[in-house]
Amino acid sequence: MRHVALTVNGERHELDLEPRALLVYVLRERLGLVGTTVGCDTSACGACTVLVNGEAVKSCTMLGVQADEMEITTIEGLASNGDLHPVQQAFHDHHALQCGFCTPGMVLASVSLIESGEATSENAIRIGLEGNLCRCTGYHNIVKAVQAVAGVS
Amino acid sequence: MIPAGFDYEVADSPAHALELLGSSADAKLLAGGHSLLPAMKLRVARPSLLVDIGRLAESSYVRDAGVQVAIGALTRHKDVRDAPLLREHCPIVSFTAGEIGDPQVRHRGTIGGSIAHGDPASDLPSVMLALDAELVVRGSEGERIVPAREFFTGVFQTAVGAGEMLVEIRVPKLGASTGWSYVKMTRRAQDWATVAVAAIVERSNGSIERAAIALTNMGGTTLRATAAEEAIASGTPIDEAAALIPEGTEPPSDYAASAEFRLHLAEVLGKRALAEALER
Ligand SMILES: Cc1cc2nc3c(=O)[nH]c(=O)nc-3n(C[C@H](O)[C@H](O)[C@H](O)COP(=O)(O)OP(=O)(O)OC[C@H]3O[C@@H](n4cnc5c(N)ncnc54)[C@H](O)[C@@H]3O)c2cc1C
Ligand code: FES
Ligand code: FES
Repeated sequence: MRHVALTVNGERHELDLEPRALLVYVLRERLGLVGTTVGCDTSACGACTVLVNGEAVKSCTMLGVQADEMEITTIEGLASNGDLHPVQQAFHDHHALQCGFCTPGMVLASVSLIESGEATSENAIRIGLEGNLCRCTGYHNIVKAVQAVAGVS
Repeated sequence: MIPAGFDYEVADSPAHALELLGSSADAKLLAGGHSLLPAMKLRVARPSLLVDIGRLAESSYVRDAGVQVAIGALTRHKDVRDAPLLREHCPIVSFTAGEIGDPQVRHRGTIGGSIAHGDPASDLPSVMLALDAELVVRGSEGERIVPAREFFTGVFQTAVGAGEMLVEIRVPKLGASTGWSYVKMTRRAQDWATVAVAAIVERSNGSIERAAIALTNMGGTTLRATAAEEAIASGTPIDEAAALIPEGTEPPSDYAASAEFRLHLAEVLGKRALAEALER
């Protein structure tokens, strides 16, 4: 067991973790934050994407202990005071989800892409979201939602 | 999928990392974890101790080293892609780092991990081989410099011995007469290379005088296309020389492509890489 401190959605948690516990399971099973989904468990689909110190990371490919003293944002932490984050609102407005399974990861990957200044064109957004798969294949509306927030046509 | 159990220690300096590494027979360094953790989840790798070097901020840098640019082994793919010094002096490295995986992978994976892992399908080893880069390896006896041509020794095998660590990567500054290209063919957007070709060329009067050509995923390690390089040096036109690129290679057959298709790809992508390098 290793003692770590994770700041998740602004709240500090001190936990004793088995080193082999993957971050996604720490979030889901220890902290009850089940908004982060597991699609493939093999680093391929991006469903488990969260922000680690502001950047998109696949939480099935990171150990909980590697996140010691880091800041993590999950889908549960994006809205503030009951207002959806602009990316969440844009997904709603553009009908950018169907079954919703890929959505938490898509939203967080989009937030990271927009905040890094890389969402500069429709094509840049498509390439920037290449690590996230949508089994419902609703890519066009996802890209439109991100374009709306990034202000690119 | 959960890895088998292991002990975990955080290194606070490269020296500390080597000390921890020496404390257990099957200890492994953990950098970005983007090759090692997937292997541990599949239980293909079962180290008893992971030494986390991912927090060594002092080993993440890109700095001017005279005729070379020096890159700390723990520099993430994203930071390699964005480094102004590399964009100016050795753009093939920053460009190729940006072609690795997807943004999430580039936020965690490191240049040192990519090179030390010795995966013949990885992109940066070919770029190192084409550039004749120098790899700085540190062990208990101190540091030694290994030329890229001697570094990649087999499938998942490199010159980094047990108890050693890759600490720095040194690439040459490319002059105005040097062109470059990295052409990668993938089955899906975020994928590893089915085949890729790195080319560094010396231009003179609008044609290629000399070329260094390295191949990704065409055998057990990254390889130089020696026959094609020799043909170019003796004045053979590019198209004819490119036909020699697959010579001597034994590419794998797998879900992504047959060996035969890879032999074809090496020639076609090689021709494109040489043409692009001539122009840039
Ligand atoms: C979905 C996905 C897609 C990917 N796509 C690509 C791709 O297109 N192209 C590509 O090239 N790569 C790709 N990768 C691999 C990625 O680039 C990895 O980051 C890289 O191969 C390993 O770097 P790391 O820092 O994650 O190393 P780790 O996984 O931490 O380590 C890998 C191995 O190297 C050893 N090691 C690490 N650092 C050192 C060091 N400094 N000295 C000595 N030994 C060390 C470790 O002990 C381990 O054995 C992909 C990975 C994923 C998960
Ligand atoms: S569950 Fe992590 S990438 Fe698919
Ligand atoms: S909305 Fe169903 S997987 Fe994307």
